[in-house]
Amino acid sequence: MLVTGVARQLGGRFVRRIQRDPEVDRVVAVDAVPPEHHLGGADFIQTDIRQPSIARVLAESGADTVVHMDVTGTPLGSGSRASVKETNVIGTMQLLGACQKSPNVKRLVIKSSTNVYGSAPKDPAVFTETTPPKSLPSGGFAKDTVEVEGYVRGFARRRPDVAVCVLRFANILGPTADTPLVSYFSLPVLPTVLGYDPRLQFVHEDDVIDVLRIAAHEPARGTLNSGTFNIAGDGVLLLSQCSRRLGRPTVPLLLPAVTWAGSLVRTLGMSDFSPEQIRLLTHGRVVDTVQMRETLGFRPKYTTAQTFADFVRAQAPGLLPPGAVAAAVDRIAALPALHGGHTVPKDPTRTATKSSPKTPSQSAN
Amino acid sequence: MADAKVIPFDDDRSRGAAAQRPARRRSAGSRRKGGGEQAAVREQAGAREQAGAREPGAVRESGAVRESGAVREVQPLAGRIPAQEDVHVTRENTETGAERQPHDEAGLERRVARGLAFLRRRLTGDYEVDDFGYDEELTDQVLMSLLRPVYEKYFRVEVKGIENIPAEGGALIVANHSGTLPLDGLMMQVAVHDHHPENRHLRLLAADLVFVLPVVNELARKLGHTLACAEDAGRLLEQGELVGVMPEGFKGIGKPFGERYKLQRFGRGGFVSTALRQGAPIIPCSIVGAEEIYPMIGNAKTLARVLGIPYFPLTPTFPWLGPLGAVPLPTKWTIQFGEPIVTDGYPPEAAEDPMLMFNLTDQVREQIQHTLYKLLVQRRSVFF
Repeated sequence: MLVTGVARQLGGRFVRRIQRDPEVDRVVAVDAVPPEHHLGGADFIQTDIRQPSIARVLAESGADTVVHMDVTGTPLGSGSRASVKETNVIGTMQLLGACQKSPNVKRLVIKSSTNVYGSAPKDPAVFTETTPPKSLPSGGFAKDTVEVEGYVRGFARRRPDVAVCVLRFANILGPTADTPLVSYFSLPVLPTVLGYDPRLQFVHEDDVIDVLRIAAHEPARGTLNSGTFNIAGDGVLLLSQCSRRLGRPTVPLLLPAVTWAGSLVRTLGMSDFSPEQIRLLTHGRVVDTVQMRETLGFRPKYTTAQTFADFVRAQAPGLLPPGAVAAAVDRIAALPALHGGHTVPKDPTRTATKSSPKTPSQSAN
Repeated sequence: MADAKVIPFDDDRSRGAAAQRPARRRSAGSRRKGGGEQAAVREQAGAREQAGAREPGAVRESGAVRESGAVREVQPLAGRIPAQEDVHVTRENTETGAERQPHDEAGLERRVARGLAFLRRRLTGDYEVDDFGYDEELTDQVLMSLLRPVYEKYFRVEVKGIENIPAEGGALIVANHSGTLPLDGLMMQVAVHDHHPENRHLRLLAADLVFVLPVVNELARKLGHTLACAEDAGRLLEQGELVGVMPEGFKGIGKPFGERYKLQRFGRGGFVSTALRQGAPIIPCSIVGAEEIYPMIGNAKTLARVLGIPYFPLTPTFPWLGPLGAVPLPTKWTIQFGEPIVTDGYPPEAAEDPMLMFNLTDQVREQIQHTLYKLLVQRRSVFF
């Protein structure tokens, strides 16, 4: 088995885990930079998948399964956006070219993203694997994934004997994940778009590893693991719910201001807060996971809410921890005046109740 | 406080049970009943003695609405249950048929506690939304209570034929669309929720413009609306939801005043094939009164194009009087749900048959149009 993108946390975890499976004899781990974490006895080969040398590595390893995890949105260390795009697109092309030449390859797993659907107000509320996006992503990581999937479809046509599995992951969260959304949620105050409350879906790191294992092995009885699958935890969280559960206040800004601030931050190189990220945080995205359950036979251990709870536990407490907010409300409830039956304390409570759910920020307290 | 709530009901009775029943519901907070019933009963026992004078009124009243089920009788009180129980027992509904009188202090205290429990859940994000972003708690507790006065007091909506809506399972309600602003959809949502014995929630399908506009899109999603497309409609019907659609779209809502109550073309009849695929019955719905809320005498097309909206209405008051001109006229509304048209007798490939689609679309359209004319003939005046 050959795994790319192992210098990242997720790739490293997958390599360590997959070696314990009895079906796996040998794991060849590939990345352009040596990983900082250990790979649990896998053979690490330092090669850049953008170079044709990957074909030689694949031929020498004689791998029958290729797991391509090097499709990512953020640069590792100090890379630029251009090099990330090159790794995503050119790297995938080189890897697919190598696979096409290798007679041994029987199975190809691609880590893609639900970013391929874009986020637009004119889209249906829930995307299935066959929903065509109304507005194709214009750039950034989302466009990379669209192009990568295009090349993978071409490869699947040319090599019908290879089982190709494209896994479209929702936003990956977890104690060790490093995605743009994680850095967004670590901000002390969350800027949001005024008048929009996007629906978000998360998938837990542990579930990502498990579903990659299902896709990389022979399918279990009654399931099929070639094709395209949406992978996401059950349920939906609104951004306002996320911020409240995280205990971080929100600052609603006008959409043009957010776009402008995003491009400013990008120009200054502080973080990669890309336009498609802003679109996600404006319109949100929810995918249908019936195929994942019924065809792929995978049931995630974590729902969206549980994934987020697990993520929150690993985060430093925010400015308005939910526990403190709840305690404050309880203190108001315990005020003796409220039990005296006077009409005075009733009014502030009622007005607060009415107004609070409508303001996305936690200003009521 | 409690007296003020109870006594007017009796006086209101002349307005008819339809307008009256929801009035009671409002004070109910339909969610959190049950649970604390026992405790409430005990507390009320004392209260009833004090409130002896009010008793006959309440009894008479309960007789008047008995046909709607004694269940409703609990609701005015149901909201006022003790704090602790409220927090723990929230969602189960074990309704009993006893009538009770609200007790001043205990009632207030419970309401405050209920409000605080709600506030606490909202502030800590401890609530659920579905895949479409529908926030049932917020809709029931806050948004519906904001719409209800408009529904009851302003437009005085009269609902007919609510029994045509099934108690469970998916169904597609098809209604005419009018009134420049889509208030008719919102009123239909309140009508279904407040009058249906199961308090069913109507999931409306809205134009894409709704989901482009800030704030509007957020509220629409939380009210359970979603984009009018075959995917979303099919998914909701599959989940057994009650889906509301207004196939006339902008052609209906933005038509000039002179064409009022003339149904426009029903799109391509996509709603029929969606209902057919899911085997869901189609319930035609006619809304009278919405046409006159903003009599559109002109349409500033250039301005509409500049603003990117389908029409810019000119009414006798808007935009001449500024924001004041945006206040709708207080017309009297009637919403009639018609006989369901069953669709589950057709073979699966019927959904692809264009002739059948056009026939069924015409059948629905005719039925709505006929009912509209009938209701218009019966109507005494636009405003009363």
